[in-house]
Amino acid sequence: MGLNLILFYAFATLAVVTSLLVVAQSNPVHSVLLLIGSFVALAGLYVLLAAPFVAVIQIIVYAGAIMVLFLFVVMLLNAPQEDAVQAGIMESGATRALGALLALALVAELVWAVSRSGAAALGSAGEGRHSWSVTEIGVMIFQDYAFAFEATSILILVAMVGAVALAGRHLAEKKS
Amino acid sequence: MAELNHYLILSGVLFTIGTAGVLLRRNLITVLLSIEVMLNAVNLTFIAFGHFLGSADGQVIVFFVIAVAAAEAAVGLALVISLFRHVETLNPDAFRQLRG
Repeated sequence: MGLNLILFYAFATLAVVTSLLVVAQSNPVHSVLLLIGSFVALAGLYVLLAAPFVAVIQIIVYAGAIMVLFLFVVMLLNAPQEDAVQAGIMESGATRALGALLALALVAELVWAVSRSGAAALGSAGEGRHSWSVTEIGVMIFQDYAFAFEATSILILVAMVGAVALAGRHLAEKKS
Repeated sequence: MAELNHYLILSGVLFTIGTAGVLLRRNLITVLLSIEVMLNAVNLTFIAFGHFLGSADGQVIVFFVIAVAAAEAAVGLALVISLFRHVETLNPDAFRQLRG
């Protein structure tokens, strides 16, 4: 068993356990902090897959910027506890058990489908494979994907204006 | 050595965890966090396929996915704040009116 495989299992276990806890936690602050752990584990997997550029932006942009935004909103709203479970068809224990069972069935189906596919024929990760440098990825972004890049900048502008308009609407109403 | 199968199965497991979170939880913040888990599972698939097929396109697409995820998080959280001002709860079942 190579070091690559040991590291894969370590990061995979960390990612699955933290993701499960994100969903299971009742306190959103804990959920956000555990999700950062999950992102770090995934960044480790990206390094194993010879993608250091994505690993770094995963840490800086995802764990650094997006999760801080989530943390800000959780603390701003100051409503950490989930509302009391109401009696209803969606909240009953049987429905939850059915949902968990369906999720397990989906996992089993995916494992079965992937193991029957020819994916294993592509060999193993690590040695002998090209590690893409930031220069090569930058050239691709600004040449082959130039249109998508410009469209993304417009998307981010729209999202920025939309977020300010949505969250600051009560200020405009007060003024008028 | 880790094969493509391992990465695809891990990605499927993570995606299922995210889906279960969206469907089972009754807290808008946790639902948005579960969507982030699903996006990350898809990113892992892109990177794994890009690595095993010897192409950098997977990494470029993940770059765009992260940009879109940032936009989605900003707008989604602004909507959550806006809704919370009206109803003072994060339970999605409480939002039953279309009127503001």
